[in-house]
Amino acid sequence: MKIDRRSFLALTIGGAAGTALTPLPWKLTDDSSIWSQNWPWTPVPAKGENSYAYTSCTLCPGGCGLMVRMVGDRAVKIEGLEGHPINDGGICILGLSGLQLLYGATRVKTPLKRIGKRGEGRWEKISWDEALANVTAKLGQLRDANQSHTVACILGSKHGTTSTLFKRFMTAYGSPNVMTTPSVQDTLEMTLQVMHGVEAEAGFDIENSDYILSFGSGLIEGWGSPVRMFRANSAWRENGVKVVQVEPRLSSTAAKSDQWIPINPGTEAALAMGIAHILIKESLFDNDFIENHTEGFAGWKKMVLDEYTPEKVAAITGVGKTAIVRVAREFAGADKPLALCGRGCGDTPGSLAEAMAVHTVNALVGSINREGGVIAVPMTAYAAWPDMTMDSMAQSGMVKSRVDGAGSDKFPMAASLLNRFAGGVIAADAYPVNALLVSGANPVYATPDAQAFKKAVEKIPFVVSFSSYMDETSMNADFILPNHVYLERLEDVPVTAGLQKPMIGMVQPVVYPLHDTRHAGDVVIELARSMGGSVGDAFPWDNYEACLEAVLGEKWDALSEEGIWQDENFQPAEWGEAFETASGKFEFMNSAMGLMPSYVPLSLEGNASTFPLLLIPFDSMRLASRFISDPPFVIKTVEDTVLKGKEMCVEINPATAKSLGLANGKSAVLSTPKGGARVKIYHYDGIMPGVIAVPRGLGHTADDKYMAGKGANFNALIGPVEDRASGLDTAWGIRAKLAKA
Amino acid sequence: MKEAQGHNKTKKFGMVIDLDKCTGCGACMVACMAENNVSFREDESDKQLSTAWMRVYKMTNGKPFPDADVCYIPRPCMHCEGHGGHSPCVSVCPATATDYDNNTGIVSQIYTRCFGCRYCLAACPYHARVFNWWDPVWPADMEKMLNPDVSVRMRGVVEKCSFCYHRYQRAMEKAHYEERHEIEEDEYQTSCTQACPAGAITFGDLNNPDHTVNQLVKPDNRHGGRPKNPQAFRLLERLGTNPKVYYLSSREWVIRAGDNYVKNENH
Repeated sequence: MKIDRRSFLALTIGGAAGTALTPLPWKLTDDSSIWSQNWPWTPVPAKGENSYAYTSCTLCPGGCGLMVRMVGDRAVKIEGLEGHPINDGGICILGLSGLQLLYGATRVKTPLKRIGKRGEGRWEKISWDEALANVTAKLGQLRDANQSHTVACILGSKHGTTSTLFKRFMTAYGSPNVMTTPSVQDTLEMTLQVMHGVEAEAGFDIENSDYILSFGSGLIEGWGSPVRMFRANSAWRENGVKVVQVEPRLSSTAAKSDQWIPINPGTEAALAMGIAHILIKESLFDNDFIENHTEGFAGWKKMVLDEYTPEKVAAITGVGKTAIVRVAREFAGADKPLALCGRGCGDTPGSLAEAMAVHTVNALVGSINREGGVIAVPMTAYAAWPDMTMDSMAQSGMVKSRVDGAGSDKFPMAASLLNRFAGGVIAADAYPVNALLVSGANPVYATPDAQAFKKAVEKIPFVVSFSSYMDETSMNADFILPNHVYLERLEDVPVTAGLQKPMIGMVQPVVYPLHDTRHAGDVVIELARSMGGSVGDAFPWDNYEACLEAVLGEKWDALSEEGIWQDENFQPAEWGEAFETASGKFEFMNSAMGLMPSYVPLSLEGNASTFPLLLIPFDSMRLASRFISDPPFVIKTVEDTVLKGKEMCVEINPATAKSLGLANGKSAVLSTPKGGARVKIYHYDGIMPGVIAVPRGLGHTADDKYMAGKGANFNALIGPVEDRASGLDTAWGIRAKLAKA
Repeated sequence: MKEAQGHNKTKKFGMVIDLDKCTGCGACMVACMAENNVSFREDESDKQLSTAWMRVYKMTNGKPFPDADVCYIPRPCMHCEGHGGHSPCVSVCPATATDYDNNTGIVSQIYTRCFGCRYCLAACPYHARVFNWWDPVWPADMEKMLNPDVSVRMRGVVEKCSFCYHRYQRAMEKAHYEERHEIEEDEYQTSCTQACPAGAITFGDLNNPDHTVNQLVKPDNRHGGRPKNPQAFRLLERLGTNPKVYYLSSREWVIRAGDNYVKNENH
């Protein structure tokens, strides 16, 4: 049969029409969509009994209460605990992602012993017995050789029972070298020590203030207790509280504030002094407070009036004279004004003179220990630790000078100077550091001048990490003794992030430990016990839980039942009783120590001709920059103006970019005296000309592929600058240059 | 009739987001991902390929330093009603994989019906829909954190915000079990609303005058749900999509950024 064009078309069209009339194509489409969706590797979540487990968050110092939705024995979602005094149902982005840390690929599942080179990532799985035996042997050997003081320990927090156990161990063992992760709270504590004469944490009654003057604090970018700050910010909006943000960059806080005052980076203290000048000159200060409760006002006043005229301050800060006068008058005119400091999320301690300058602005208007002001919250010993006996070895070790110089004649007030540790290890002036224990911290990543810190760690022959995760510090350790993740353990968490009242939260296990991990508190007790002698005797508890119950005393019941303990009756001390300085009053100056509120310009590393730009960091809720790095959910939310592919973006004013010939979205090379990185240019109108900014929290090299290899670590681009008064790191930025890639 | 007796009155669930309170922290995005088993990949910096039901956009006022201003704007699915349930995506779906529920006002997405033609992606003016180009992977033990109330999507289908419809179902089941016909306002809240640490998101029945969402925006149902509150606005209002997500802002430039205005035109 011959098929001509006509019959071919008839057959084709007829066939198509016929097929279309049958259910066949529709059935096939339906089947194929069902078929293509039924791959066995698409998981079907298992059902189970629904319940909630309650605990506290430890991922930042904020102390939020958590409720974890359980399906059977699986934890499926972390939610904010309703009715909790800090977060009342709200929760931050990192807290929400906690389960990805618990169930994620970055966990260290068993004790590990390094078999390759440091940082190579070759490990041998060992038993806990072997791990403990190795660490005990090494520590015992050093102690027998009278080298106990050459063991150093870095802790994430100075508070809480686990940290105290480590410190107690170091004391009983005989080493003064315990360091903690620094923050602006260290500087604020010193401020209260100098000006109030008390040992206290700085609390801020932000909920009751009616005028907030922030000197660069990222109030909604992680400063203090983040969720508390979000809630306060919303309340400020509802109640018409004026918020003034002083900062070189239009941060989220600046954008949300009623007024953003751009300022030359690092000159915030000068503005505070300029405001003090106006308050004094126009007699806008609180007479009662100044007359009756302060000492040294006359002398300091003269200096302020001479040195910090609006003209001079305007020249230093770049803030107009009228703005300085207006803000000072508004501040004094408010009923309950409050000035805050601590740049970004407050991880850099900053200069003591600056913290004192800002504190003085509060003092001038009487915003001290009263509603809406700064509150000195005493560091009362909330846990009762039994006395311990130190043998001669411990005693001789404890009187040795510290590697970081804290508590020395040069830095008498400092308790810990982690920023000086790397220098101390590398110089090894008095003695070398022979061992390092790290718990709850990731200093290899998070310490400014990260390269120097890594070099210091390389020099230490024996490094033990207690981290739950394969972070940068674990990668460079010899032994990893993995702690439970917070969702698997019991722990007390004193909240010290600027709350008005003493508060302790309880971390309670919501799931059984997934892996062969152990509570760091238990491990310390075991280590001490196996050391024997007076070291073992200092730890009379069978395990961490027994220790916690014993030292918390009557608070144990409240904490284990309610999950929280608050000192409900706490009242800030009245002005008459608040100050324990030599004069018994608030002291503007401490002549003996040569300290007074003032602006001390920082000389930045690098010269201006080679490095014409100023590089500052910025913090964001979407980038965790401390011990914990971003889990996959969180890094997913990072904007493409912050991270694009493997390159991080650098914010630059379009005018500055134009003068350097740097087009938006193009790659460039960022270099500082400390290091360099390939970056992408992001033209941002919210940053001062001549200043560039990069995020903190990127550039991880360890962890998993979701986190590592993205952007550069800001801590590798900057170095610490030592504050002359406190010894703490006061670097707010570094000189930099940008060149076309 | 039940309706005549006051039971089961038609609901119109909607959301009001206060942009003065929103800090752009991103908690809503992750609260949504954790609740709805949203997958993630190694590199999520290409936002066109990044799966997020709730996305926070950063808007700028376009002015140079120091007059620059920034505002964050969270964008879930708008659950458009259009005219009589003709939302842009529902109108184009050839598989009836997405539908407008007249009882709740929620635009559904039925993954097993979707065959991935992506007409709805093209039709949605809000970029609220995303296509699964890859099979989802949960590394290590992360499958353990999957929520059994929400089915896991597979390669080849479109997904989007459901206003946490499974939470509505759970609340209704509980109500029926307790022999109630209605649920309270706080019994059904989306995951993002619950998590928002700034309290910027409010969720409820726009038709119910007792619900906060209604009081905040005062929707005018005779005029396609337009807000009577002058500080409230909807995105691309003049497209006539009649969305159920409202925004509040005290800043004029933010309100103007919500739609395409010609110069000197008032909103």
